[in-house]
Amino acid sequence: MATFSTNQFKSGLKLLFDGDPYSIIENEFVKPGKGQAFNRIKLRNLKTGRVIEKTMKSGESAEGADVVDVEFQYLYNDGEDWHFMNPQTFEQITIPLAVAGDAAKWIKGQEMCEITLWNDLPIAVVVPNFVVLQIEATDPGVRGDTASGGTKPATMETGAVVKVPLFIEQGDLLRIDTRTGEYVSRAKEE
Amino acid sequence: MSNWQPTASPAALRRRAELLARVREHFLMTNALEVTTPVLGAYASAEPTLENLVVSGGGVQGFLRTSPESALKRLLAAGSGDVYEIGPAFRGNEYGRLHLTEFTLLEWYRLGKNHHQLMDDVAALIASAGYSDGILRLTYADLFQSCFACDPHGVGTEELMVLAGHLPLSPESLAGYDRSMLFDALFAHRMSARLSELGAVFVYDFPLELRAYARLDDANPPAAQRFELIIDGIEIANGYYEITNADEQAACFAAENTLAQSRGIAPVQSDEFWLAALRTGLPPVAGVALGIERLQLVLESAATIADVTAFGQ
Repeated sequence: MATFSTNQFKSGLKLLFDGDPYSIIENEFVKPGKGQAFNRIKLRNLKTGRVIEKTMKSGESAEGADVVDVEFQYLYNDGEDWHFMNPQTFEQITIPLAVAGDAAKWIKGQEMCEITLWNDLPIAVVVPNFVVLQIEATDPGVRGDTASGGTKPATMETGAVVKVPLFIEQGDLLRIDTRTGEYVSRAKEE
Repeated sequence: MSNWQPTASPAALRRRAELLARVREHFLMTNALEVTTPVLGAYASAEPTLENLVVSGGGVQGFLRTSPESALKRLLAAGSGDVYEIGPAFRGNEYGRLHLTEFTLLEWYRLGKNHHQLMDDVAALIASAGYSDGILRLTYADLFQSCFACDPHGVGTEELMVLAGHLPLSPESLAGYDRSMLFDALFAHRMSARLSELGAVFVYDFPLELRAYARLDDANPPAAQRFELIIDGIEIANGYYEITNADEQAACFAAENTLAQSRGIAPVQSDEFWLAALRTGLPPVAGVALGIERLQLVLESAATIADVTAFGQ
C-alpha cells in the first residue's frame, strides 16, 4: 500500500496506525512562529469508531490503509453471521454478528447497507439512516393522546426496543432514525 | 475551470484596502519610508523551518523571498532611516486555515529602538487598524511556567522530552526531536491553547533555542530579545531587537545550517549582501514582520485566510 506525506492529508484519507485502519476526520496545519510545522490530525478508528488525535511533523508520512466502502444488500442472519449480497454481481459476503455490532438490530432484510472492507475483509456495517419496522409488542395505546409527551417502550420486529409516544399501538409501522435509535413518526406500509 | 472565482468577497477586499490605507497612514505619521524591494533574490532564507521557492529559468537562478528582511537591512545600512514594506512573501509547503504559500507581509524597522519600544509601535498600529482591546505582555518564561511549571531557559533536554511525551506525538518520531523542535511542539499544542484564552498577547524574551536573529540579553542563560504578537491564539507579528554585528549574524547563519543538516535539510549559502551591509555598520534597530491577512482575519473574525485573500485557493 502507498504511503502518504502530511501534505497529502485530507479528510476521508484512510491510514494505518498501530495496525488499525483509520480515516482522517480533520487535518490542521500548525506552525508556531519561526518554528517547526506540524499536522494535527483527528482520526476515526474504522474498527472501533473511536476518535483519536495525533500530531505529526509536517513532511513525515504514514502508511495508507486499503479501505473501501461498498454497497451490499442485507439478506438474512443465521444467528452467527450476517449474509449480504452485491446486487450487481450477486457476490455474497458473510459478516460475523460481532463485526456488525449494534447496527444489526435495525434491519430485517432487503436493506442496502454500506460495508467497509479493509484488505477485502469487512470491518464495519452502516445501515440506512432511516428504517421502517413493525411493533411486535408494546403496552396498549392511549387513544387520542398525541400531546402529553409521555413515552413507553416498544419492542420492534427485529428485537430492538424504541421509546414511542403513548398513542402508538402494537402492529404499527414506525419510521426510526438508526443513528440515534429514536422514533421519528408512524409510517405506512412500504 | 470551475474555481476561477475569488475566495474573498468584494466587501472583504474593500476592508483590506482600508486596512492598508490605515497602515500607510500610521507610517506617514511616524516617519517611516515606504519602499519596494525585490521579490526575487540570489540567496535563500537560511531558516531551517522555512521552505524556499526556487526560481529557475529565463536566465535566472534564484529564490522568492520568505521576507524582505535582507533587502530592508541593506537599505538601513545605506542610511535610509526607518523603512517599511508591504509586499508578497513565499513559503513552500505552508497551507491550511492560517497559511498560504504566498501571503502579504508588512515588515518595518525602527532605528534606535529595542523590542519593547517596538511593541509599543505595533500596539499603536494595531489600534489604528481598529483593534480596540488591550494587549497583554507576557514573557515566554512566564507563559511556559504557567503551562509546565518549569523554567524554559536552560531546561534539560530530558525534561523537555518528558513534557512532550504527554503530547499526541508518535514515540518513534519524538525520539528524533532536537531541542528547538521540542519547544515548537510544546508551543504548538499547549502554549498556543493557553494563549487562545488570553485575547491579544505580546510574548517576549525567548529561550536561546528560539533565538532566530534576535540579540541576546545579559542574563545567564541569556534570553533572545524578540516578541510575537498573538491574538486569539493566532500569530500576527514577529519582532526582534536585531543583531547588528556581522560576525554574530554569520554565526547564526552557520548554526542554522548545522541544525538544517542535523534535520536532513540541505544547507544554504549565507546571504553575503546581508553580512556585508552589517559590516559597514548598522545602529541599534528593532524590526518586525506582520501578516496582513492574519491581521484582517482577526479584525473581522474570518474563518480562514482564504476569506481575506483575493485568490487564496
